[in-house]
Amino acid sequence: MPLDHAGPPGADAPAPGDTDANLHARLITEALGAYPDKFGKRRAKHLATTDLTKSDCGVKSNVKSIPGVMTIRGCAYAGSKGVVWGPVKDLVHISHGPVGCGHYSWAQRRNYATGVTGVDSFVTMQVTSDFQERDVVFGGDKKLKAIIDEIELMFPLNRGVTIQSECPIGLIGDDIEAVAKEKSKETGKAVIPVRCEGFRGVSQSLGHHIANDVIRDWVFPRADAKPDDGFETSPYDVNVIGDYNIGGDAWSSRILLEEIGLRVIGQWSGDATLAEMERAPKAKLNLIHCYRSMNYIARHMEEKYGVAWMEYNFFGPSRIAASLRAIAAQFDDTIQANAERVIAKYQPMADAVIAEFGPRLKGKKVMLYVGGLRPRHVVDAYGDLGMDVVATGYEFAHKDDYARTLKYVREGTLIYDDVTAHELEHFIQGIRPDLVGSGIKEKYGVQKMGVPFRQMHSWDYSGPYHGYDGFAIFARDMDIAVNSPVWSLFKAPWTEGTTGAPAPADMADAAE
Amino acid sequence: MPQSADAIKDYATLFQEPEYQAMLDAKRAQMECGHDAETVAETLAWTKGWEYREKNFARKAAVINPAKACQPLGAVFAAAGFADTLSFVHGSQGCTAYYRSHLARHFKEPAAAVSSSMTEDAAVFGGLSNMVDGLANAYALYHPKMIAVSTTCMAEVIGDDLQAFIAGAKEKGSVPADFDVPFAHTPAFHGSHTTGYDNMMQGILSHFWKDRDRQPNGSLNIIPGFDGHCVGNIREVCRLLDLMGVDYTVLGDASDVYDTPSDGQYRMYAGGTSIEATKAALHAKATISMQGACTTKTLALCREHGQETAELAYPLGVEATDDFLLKVSALTGTPIPSALTLERGRLVDAMTDSQAHLHRKTYAVVGDPDFVTGMTRFLLEIGAEPVHLLATNGSKAWAAALQSLLDASPFGSKATIWPGKDLWHLRSLLCTEPTDFLIGNSYGKFLERDTGVPLIRLTFPIFDRHHHHRFPTWGYQGGLSVLVKLLDKAFDVLDAATGDLGSTDLAFDLTR
Repeated sequence: MPLDHAGPPGADAPAPGDTDANLHARLITEALGAYPDKFGKRRAKHLATTDLTKSDCGVKSNVKSIPGVMTIRGCAYAGSKGVVWGPVKDLVHISHGPVGCGHYSWAQRRNYATGVTGVDSFVTMQVTSDFQERDVVFGGDKKLKAIIDEIELMFPLNRGVTIQSECPIGLIGDDIEAVAKEKSKETGKAVIPVRCEGFRGVSQSLGHHIANDVIRDWVFPRADAKPDDGFETSPYDVNVIGDYNIGGDAWSSRILLEEIGLRVIGQWSGDATLAEMERAPKAKLNLIHCYRSMNYIARHMEEKYGVAWMEYNFFGPSRIAASLRAIAAQFDDTIQANAERVIAKYQPMADAVIAEFGPRLKGKKVMLYVGGLRPRHVVDAYGDLGMDVVATGYEFAHKDDYARTLKYVREGTLIYDDVTAHELEHFIQGIRPDLVGSGIKEKYGVQKMGVPFRQMHSWDYSGPYHGYDGFAIFARDMDIAVNSPVWSLFKAPWTEGTTGAPAPADMADAAE
Repeated sequence: MPQSADAIKDYATLFQEPEYQAMLDAKRAQMECGHDAETVAETLAWTKGWEYREKNFARKAAVINPAKACQPLGAVFAAAGFADTLSFVHGSQGCTAYYRSHLARHFKEPAAAVSSSMTEDAAVFGGLSNMVDGLANAYALYHPKMIAVSTTCMAEVIGDDLQAFIAGAKEKGSVPADFDVPFAHTPAFHGSHTTGYDNMMQGILSHFWKDRDRQPNGSLNIIPGFDGHCVGNIREVCRLLDLMGVDYTVLGDASDVYDTPSDGQYRMYAGGTSIEATKAALHAKATISMQGACTTKTLALCREHGQETAELAYPLGVEATDDFLLKVSALTGTPIPSALTLERGRLVDAMTDSQAHLHRKTYAVVGDPDFVTGMTRFLLEIGAEPVHLLATNGSKAWAAALQSLLDASPFGSKATIWPGKDLWHLRSLLCTEPTDFLIGNSYGKFLERDTGVPLIRLTFPIFDRHHHHRFPTWGYQGGLSVLVKLLDKAFDVLDAATGDLGSTDLAFDLTR
């Protein structure tokens, strides 16, 4: 039951009108012109301008990236180890295969977690089987068993291990499931095999799905078989699902849920423990933030354990208030009254934040290109600040994401699915937005074009952005990006008319 | 309420507020099923002792926090040193996203590379069509003058043949028949990023040099090796060679592409060694590798073509720079100019002024083999004592060569060399035999936190401090900047130890 949208806040502001849609359509045509015919036709299906009378954004999604185009996507391993499993803090996650995958994803995603690293928390560690040629030739199962033994010796307080498969595992025919069963029997701890080889699927998305299925197949059955631990449930038990605690996002969300009187019995998977995952089916309601990466397990919990689920959005005061009310509506009058009280408590702070930063941000044009939920979920947070998202897209969305997106965006919004570096650069040059929100690979090139930028995966090493506390930081950070004095320094005073430099008007705009 | 619009608290301080601390305490106590604080404290203490160290060094299978990446990263870095060259990584697409992110995070620059985006069907049928389509798209969209192809482990495991595939793609018209597509097989399950650098450099040179007659001239080739400080270092080496007045070609000059200006234009390509210069480099009298451990195969290729070769090990400090200049002088018959003698004297002067503060200070050094050797040499010549010298990707031959360097100095007797060990080994070393300082990359910050040994960031990757790569570490100028970094850290530590008002500040001297 997705959260109902009444439309974005600020919808009464002047609409960009047809001219934007025309511009966007022209930019699409221009960008496609650079491709060889066959691939231009394929890419055309992933680019559109929104028509709010339709059921979704009108783009094809979740299909293979075209070779050689500089897709921004990652892989299934990134979706499982990097997103879903990596943040679970009391398990040791083995990057099983060659050294690189674990290295590049080591401590990069800012999944904050409490605990003592290397003792009872392992989130920011890189544990790998460091495959060598002989492992590829002879198989890695024996080595994997030895690794699990050594992890027991080195990290006795771990609650188990996960085996995050890298590409070679599935290609050489290793039986990691057999190893997992054998070692789990031996240690009595969870040993969780994940078939998230990077070549599977078309993006991170299949990695999320596989990781979810592994929770279904390897975590819940084990928990179901355990004797009752005496955990006393309450009518107010909820799980936070699909919040990875980037810069502490899940914490600045949890504090609100607890304040309205709910009890968060599981936080998935940012700052999670295995116990929180095992206990989740005992909740009354699953609250899903990142639908894309964890809807699968929520649906499973609904079918098998009867746990209802709903989506919510804790970006920006409009959506936070709407979400708190929608969540509270699932509970009794007390919770609903609490929700009103909490909204009333925080709204003045949010108003003060808008009063502080809004005047400098109002009317600024934003382009987004991110991952699971943010290309739509942050639209109204920008709206709260008077900013206007004119273009957005996803690395690994499915059709249902684009249907949900339509409820957030304006008519004529430019939509790009699995955008290529070539297309994104062309769109940014054509639109000349006041801010781009995307990832580290995009950041520096965009900034060199004179366009302010914030990383919207890692919060550019800031955050949290969720909740009321996070909104203040979000607003401050957007102001830091858009209104920095450095944007006015790009043009050397003696290079009037230098080709390639942005027009002075553009620069002045950005610096205002 | 911890947050307010006029004093916004973010990730750094927000969660230290009492509301959040209480929430996190309750989560731990009621939901996490963690270990009690006493057990955690006891276990932590145990991980820092000798017994744990012995178990840790008995590890044979698990690799924990290794200080190395995989081959294709080095290949992408090597290719970035050539003008208008696009890296094309054949295999799973997530790998390429990882290399691009990793390089961007270090250099704070965009890092372009494309992938052939192989998925399950390519795993079954091979990646030929991905190569054919990928080269066509990359050529059409990004207008390179050269495409340098390397491989992920997926393509290596299934045995894709790059030479045949590239020839096949040319037959199908993906790129013109005479378009340069050098390649290197770069299996991630062999060696490390430095191996990948070597393979790609060899691949590019052999592509341009094969079947051509060499007409020797007096020029020198300089191969920098994999170096996070390439921006500063290559420029410094060029300055030295320009002062010498010799003819030279830097083979693989990434100093511009990783240091492009902000002036309104995004340059995917900038600077780098041109195809013409690369071809002409065949005729050079000799090739000097600035990092021998990075260039074993490449130098062998140079010798096969009749060139003399010389290898250095990260020329940092006085004597290593002397060796470089003497080698250039010997190979070209050019005297070393008095301007460089003056520069040398200035570095020695600075060392004379400051050596007392570093005398017998103890250091752990971690990094790629050449860096560890170069850094050790500088420590020895200033009278500091290297103690733990660790390179996860170091060979026994490297260790033997470094041992002779240590044996030749009265300051080398405390040192032990640890080839093949990881940062979790180093944690045990620093816990049981602490040094005054640790020299390494950003991953060293976890060791600094765990052991209290202050970290000096001097090698790749440096993610959490900005712009160090823009300054040289090589040559006399580089020696000076490294000296200042060592001194600054030593003085900061001394000031902190003597800086408490009314207690330790007896020794809070104004002049040091």
